[in-house]
Amino acid sequence: MNKEEIEHIRADFPILSEKVYNKDLIYFDNAATTQKPRCVVEKIEYAYFHLNANIHRGVHYLSLKATEAHEAARLTAAEFLHAEKKEEIIFTRGTTESINLVAFSFGEAFCHPGDEVIVSAMEHHSNIVPWQMLCERKGMKLRVIPVNENGELDMVAYSSLLNEKTRIVSVAHVSNVLGTINPVKEIIRIAHEKNIPVLIDGAQAVPHLSVDVRELDADFYVFSGHKIYGPTGIGILYGKEKWLNAIPPYQGGGEMISTVTFEKTTYNELPFKFEAGTPDYVGSTALAEALRYINNIGLDNIAAYENELLHYAEQQLMEIENMHIIGTAKNKCSVLSFLVDGIHPYDIGMLLDKLGIAVRTGHHCAQPIMDMFGIPGTVRASFAFYNTKEEIVRFTEALKKVVNMLK
Amino acid sequence: MTINELQDEIIEQFSQFDDWMDKYALLIDMGNSLEPLENEYKTPQNLIEGCQSRVWLDAQMKDGKIYFRGDSDAVLVKGIVYLLIHVLSGHTPDEILNADLYCIDKIGLREHLSPTRSNGLLSMLKQMKMYALAFKSKQE
Ligand SMILES: Cc1ncc(COP(=O)(O)O)c(C=O)c1O
Repeated sequence: MNKEEIEHIRADFPILSEKVYNKDLIYFDNAATTQKPRCVVEKIEYAYFHLNANIHRGVHYLSLKATEAHEAARLTAAEFLHAEKKEEIIFTRGTTESINLVAFSFGEAFCHPGDEVIVSAMEHHSNIVPWQMLCERKGMKLRVIPVNENGELDMVAYSSLLNEKTRIVSVAHVSNVLGTINPVKEIIRIAHEKNIPVLIDGAQAVPHLSVDVRELDADFYVFSGHKIYGPTGIGILYGKEKWLNAIPPYQGGGEMISTVTFEKTTYNELPFKFEAGTPDYVGSTALAEALRYINNIGLDNIAAYENELLHYAEQQLMEIENMHIIGTAKNKCSVLSFLVDGIHPYDIGMLLDKLGIAVRTGHHCAQPIMDMFGIPGTVRASFAFYNTKEEIVRFTEALKKVVNMLK
Repeated sequence: MTINELQDEIIEQFSQFDDWMDKYALLIDMGNSLEPLENEYKTPQNLIEGCQSRVWLDAQMKDGKIYFRGDSDAVLVKGIVYLLIHVLSGHTPDEILNADLYCIDKIGLREHLSPTRSNGLLSMLKQMKMYALAFKSKQE
């Protein structure tokens, strides 16, 4: 993408022209959440002003309209992930809720004392804790795929962890700390040889790579709307129909039932079985708008441009003395974690903030991988397609100044 | 000097600067001038775990006054540790319990003490008051 195209795109994101402490905002915290294009926010307004009514319930015009919008959003999400059927798309509150749903419902149907779950050492807490809770509930064991010093999964160790006790594997497509793009297709293939299903946490992948769940043969694939330029509070759980049919509902309530008597309730069919209560049809509608926006730009264009940004930033940062980039996998997304010898990440983050630059510092909700690297945390700059090389230059200058103050 | 006189002095020092970077440079100087806490005092009991950075606090009572010492792994946090200790150390439990720490607000560093920053400083201030309360009840 050229400069003009980027300028055009930036104009779609009003927040990018905000000033913080009288300085132009540089937003490099896109892995935490992304900014929203005008069309997404307008869609939320449109939904409330023109098609607000409870869905699936009313016979009236507005209810029909709202239902149609929610179901059209499901179709958009299904197409986005290349799912076979739209019934395989469940709306949740986000990645975290999607993983909790699977950990609970899959656990109820298929897990027993002594069984094992495999995650990796680079997981976000939300892909660790739900499985730990399952392990506690069922008397199971959590096994962990180790990571090498470049931040890549040890695939040999992975293969040897799989055994007849393994019930499910759950790994991130892209690490939120290291930026590593994991070989998920291979991970899935190896697990499938033993008939073990795999959940892929796609929270950090979908904004940057085009994902085809059928090509990957993923059993479950999850992501959050807010990390892909959509609203907060809405997310996706993709599950193969055979799995979603085989596991029990997560929550009970309206929408998810077929008939209810005090003696017995029968559950609704997919996808409604997993969507208890009034769903976030405004959120789903706006998320679909975000997915269309991304598709219009094209994920391949996005990936190519963000890669350029990443390499440019890596080059720039290496000019700084005692700089260590954490996460040097061959295959990386636009996440740049680093440390400067002798300087605490918090100090760097605080001072960059005062210069108008938003980065994240700390353990990024992935304490185990920090412990593995033996570090308290990192400074993380994560880029989106609305960021520019000029911003990276300003960031590097600011960083040099800050490091000088702190050393 | 009283706690408030010490606070006013600090406000005066910071008021020389308009630019954030200059204020922070002063805070960094303060952090670097904090008397180091020997490793033997960096015990789990003295550790105040924050999400972002770690803070240690040690307190001793001598002749009716409490003397604090502290440290942190982040230098900006250390600067605030310096401020809190500089203002509160060497005072009686009652003085510390009744202290209103307005200087942090006045010099614009409130955000470091906000619960959302989770850097251990708010817990440190609470801990200082807890020590004062504990030493006071021991006295009585
Ligand atoms: C890899 C990964 N998984 C899961 C999550 C959790 O996402 P959410 O908080 O939107 O549920 C995040 C968010 O930081 C993430 O980066």
